[in-house]
Amino acid sequence: MLRELGVDDFILLLTGAQWTILLSLVAFVGGGLIGLFTAIARSLGPLPLRWLAAGYIQVVQGTPLLGQLFLFYYGFSIFGFDVSAFIAVSTAMILFSGAFLGDIWRGCIESVPETQWEASEALGLSFTEQLRYVILPQAVQVAIPPTVGFMAQIVKNTSLAALVGFVDLLRMGQLVTAATFEPFAVYMIVALMYFSLCYPLSVWSYHLERKLNVADPN
Amino acid sequence: MDYSFNFRPVFNNFDMLLEGALLTLELSAITMMLGLMVGTLGAAIKIWGPRPARLLVGAYVNFIRNTPLLVQLFIVYFGLPSIGIRLAAPDAAVLGLTIYLGAYATEIIRAGIQAIPKSQIEAGLCLGLSYLQVFRYVIIVPALQVVYPALVSQFILLMLGTSLVSFISAKELFHTALFLDSRTFLPFEIYLVVSLMYLAMSLGFRALFAVIGHFIFTPTRG
Repeated sequence: MLRELGVDDFILLLTGAQWTILLSLVAFVGGGLIGLFTAIARSLGPLPLRWLAAGYIQVVQGTPLLGQLFLFYYGFSIFGFDVSAFIAVSTAMILFSGAFLGDIWRGCIESVPETQWEASEALGLSFTEQLRYVILPQAVQVAIPPTVGFMAQIVKNTSLAALVGFVDLLRMGQLVTAATFEPFAVYMIVALMYFSLCYPLSVWSYHLERKLNVADPN
Repeated sequence: MDYSFNFRPVFNNFDMLLEGALLTLELSAITMMLGLMVGTLGAAIKIWGPRPARLLVGAYVNFIRNTPLLVQLFIVYFGLPSIGIRLAAPDAAVLGLTIYLGAYATEIIRAGIQAIPKSQIEAGLCLGLSYLQVFRYVIIVPALQVVYPALVSQFILLMLGTSLVSFISAKELFHTALFLDSRTFLPFEIYLVVSLMYLAMSLGFRALFAVIGHFIFTPTRG
């Protein structure tokens, strides 16, 4: 039985959007932690650790997120863990974000001039002190604009979770479409909802970048 | 863990997977060329076009860059028929992916063009080159050279993104994977092999683009 597209459907989509936001936050926080370790390992770690980090980044960036999602979705049960779709999808999204953030932040750490290391070493700082007081504060400044930009990427990429049945904004869109048979209107609303999540992040990222470039013309 | 992996059925159907991979490469190549054209046109309009056209291109770029590709594909394939535009799955896939890549390419190429010093364009005009010649020799080729690495990354993201068109029933590698999954019930093995095939393709594309870049761009001095 078809029904008219109405306010109720809009509210349903909003509840789906809540899950999109939650999944994005989980992916960003979890991915951020992994990304931090990856970035440090990739740029400053001993050689085997560097290769490991580089391999992790390469594999994640070289395979489709869709494949990663399906592997985790089916992989958990094969290895004997009975987990919900949310856990499977979160794990995949965390590892995905971790690799990209690790790569972004690696670039930021490496953008700090070599002389900063030398100067702080000359001042007698230990390695962790150098990292904590000299290198990371400068790297973080460079890192903020692309990180905010990547948050928008995370939000967009969570939409793939709908394909393994996780009821996020897009999946809710599919369900509402099935009930109302108004695919164009529903998917346009879904697109605009994603847009209203991502566009502010994009604009924010753009302004942060401009501010950064004003502060440092190089 | 009491699961024993069984890769045999996957490799028994490897010719199907290779066929799917070939379709993915074909789809990627077509979309890359179309996307590059849309991107060049979009960048030219965004820089030199009249104000309404600039705003229109700006809205297009912002809308596409801030919504998921999957939603865009759903709009093209499932949405457009309800306003009277019915596309076959492969056409919808090419159209959706081109619209998507075109928006990113517009931004990348625009940045490249704006990195070309104005004096170079003036110098080209002074030498008696026509506007078209200036665009061809002084602007677009050096601009593409500047942003080539960013463009290549975007191309590879696109190649990986083609996997999504399997969900609007267009045939490519991931579509084959879904089919084999439904027939063999060996999802883990299939998606593992297929993911590795994508990895091989993205490494292959990277190497190929490095070679292409070597041939079409003159090495920069200084």
